[in-house]
Amino acid sequence: MPGRTRRAPGVPPPGRRGMLRAMANAAPVTLVVGDEEFLADRAVRAVVAAVRAEDPGAEVHDLQGGKVEPGELTGLTSPSLFGDRSIIVIRAAQDLPKDVVAEVVKYTARPADEAVLVLAHPGGVKGKALVDGVKKAGADVVTVAKPTKAGERLDFIKAEVRREGRTISPAAAQALLDAVGSDLRELSAACGQLAFDTQGKNIDEAAVAKYYRGRAEVSGFTIADLAVEGRLGEALEQVRWALATGVAPVLIVSALAGGLRSLAKVGGAPRNLRGGQLASHVGMPPWKIDRVKRQLGGWGPEGISAALQAVAVADEQVKGGGADPGYALEKAIHTIVASRTAR
Amino acid sequence: MTVYGDLIGQDRAIGVLRRAASAAAEAVAGGRGAGMTHAWLFTGPPGSGRSTAAKAFAAALLCPEQGCGHCDACHQVEVGSHPDVTFVRPEGLSYGVRQTRELVLKAAGAPTLGRWRVVLFEDADRVTEQAANALLKAIEEPPPRTVWLLCAPSADDMIITIRSRCRVVTLGTPSTEAVANVLATRDGVPHDVALDAARAAQGDVGRARRLALDEETRRRRAEVLSIPRSLTGVAECITAAERLVKTSTEDADAATTALNEVETAELRRVYGEGSTGKGLNKGLVRGGAGALKELETMQKSRATRIKRDSLDLALLELMAFYRDVLAMQFGASVELANEDRRHEVETVARASTPEDTLRRTEAIMKCRERLAANVHPQIAVEAMTLALRSSGVVHRG
Repeated sequence: MPGRTRRAPGVPPPGRRGMLRAMANAAPVTLVVGDEEFLADRAVRAVVAAVRAEDPGAEVHDLQGGKVEPGELTGLTSPSLFGDRSIIVIRAAQDLPKDVVAEVVKYTARPADEAVLVLAHPGGVKGKALVDGVKKAGADVVTVAKPTKAGERLDFIKAEVRREGRTISPAAAQALLDAVGSDLRELSAACGQLAFDTQGKNIDEAAVAKYYRGRAEVSGFTIADLAVEGRLGEALEQVRWALATGVAPVLIVSALAGGLRSLAKVGGAPRNLRGGQLASHVGMPPWKIDRVKRQLGGWGPEGISAALQAVAVADEQVKGGGADPGYALEKAIHTIVASRTAR
Repeated sequence: MTVYGDLIGQDRAIGVLRRAASAAAEAVAGGRGAGMTHAWLFTGPPGSGRSTAAKAFAAALLCPEQGCGHCDACHQVEVGSHPDVTFVRPEGLSYGVRQTRELVLKAAGAPTLGRWRVVLFEDADRVTEQAANALLKAIEEPPPRTVWLLCAPSADDMIITIRSRCRVVTLGTPSTEAVANVLATRDGVPHDVALDAARAAQGDVGRARRLALDEETRRRRAEVLSIPRSLTGVAECITAAERLVKTSTEDADAATTALNEVETAELRRVYGEGSTGKGLNKGLVRGGAGALKELETMQKSRATRIKRDSLDLALLELMAFYRDVLAMQFGASVELANEDRRHEVETVARASTPEDTLRRTEAIMKCRERLAANVHPQIAVEAMTLALRSSGVVHRG
């Protein structure tokens, strides 16, 4: 099976029988669960590296779940004539055929001495029998969770920098996140690059600004805020950037509508309402009300009305009524900004 | 009572159908059957009884006495269990080409009971263009005993190639008097209530009946008609729009939740869930997940349609209100749909000009167009309520 088997590069394997199991600190079977490809890959590499650290000549067999045939695993895990250790990595383990799953589970219960098996499963329902089976049979389980919140991504950046033996200030981490975006592979690469390029223990904002500037991802909400605040130039710049990076026009339109809707609600709320009462009247959290109140300057009812009409036109055009969603969005933003002072 | 008893104020159409039914009987007996044809298109405004007329005609074709109204055939058509009548009611947003091809195949068979095979297609205007073309093939070269009965609001809703192959039966809007009479005699509604309901429903018998008999429907109507008064500021417009959209979503939920559950459970059962026996009850068999997904798509489409229909009803209600305002502003001596709210109509008529009113009706129509074009309901309705309020310049799309 050429192409699927990779011979480990490096020094030729010296014969060292007898020191095999005793020195291995990698579990005989490891299950990596999680759908963040980068983190899962890293977990797999960590196991491989642990084995390699003891036995630089260990052979790695990198397999794809869907292509593993019955009996293949047994073949690969059986003792080799030359006593090499082997590492079998099965990626996309959710695609394993049913009989192979049974084979894997059976193997996990009684693993071979000279082999290390690593299974990568993205989680989810598909191939759940495998996950349950090998867990029960005593496999080492590593769960990788995808960071979903901004705070978790910042933690990820900090951890990345720490891996390089450095530290990063919170502001610098935020700037890096803004500039690079939320793709973990790119973030990790950026952290490594920064650690390599900069001097001193701490990576500060100036260092980030020197190598990374601008913004990788623009959300509809950013654009909506800019438009509502009357910053036409920036809003147009961001909308083009957002469209270029693949943000759906529909999301931008609904963010614009949402921004204007909040203006209308907060602006039209009875004057005597304050704090919590106001929050429950308009159905928004207090921090958002504060922001909307700041944005309200310059807006009058007729302006809001005209701006919302423009958004409705834009939504229609974005949904196929017009030829170019980009034009529709830019026109809507123009109208919104122009309506701001129209009162 | 014959099968035509449910048709109100449609004497001309009934005459046409009666003649066709007797010609059809002649054809069954082996005669020439001149005056019968294989494809019919029933058109008329909502509630005029398009599908009722089509159903009555189907019964008349299958009944040995051309629609006596009390034989087995008539009853079976009435309750929808006749083996030779296929009812098609597009429940989703549109009726696709795949479903149409299946339907065409079904329609090609000979009648089981020997008279006619009837396909009754309600809301035929919901077919997609591809589906219409698939349908066209069947209508163009029909088997000798197959009759197509299509229903659509107007003949223009069907593609021209289908229209030209159908005989069109046009149903008129029944008069307020006729509708009120039916309500009074058949449902025992007091005459003045019946009259109000008939006027408000503008010829739609089903809606008039609901308005007269169902408290919730009346409450809903009152709520919608309170919108013009409530639009005092921009925030109020947003709130009114939010409420309208929310109500329509609730309608859709109420109509679909229970149904969805039953359908999903049934499909799961079909694919082997809960079955007992050796080697069974191991979850869904192959293909189950795909079928479930397909069902979900269908259910979603149906919910969207109910939501849109419910919103559309509210918009038409508003439309009728401003039409009354306009009629009053011009001093036209027409019957007001909102006679029961004459005072409110007067107030609005005095406070605005006919130009304002026209602009407002235009905004309502624009909103309907946008909803049909898949614009986010909240955004479309907001734009409308804002246009209903503002008296200044209006931005047009």
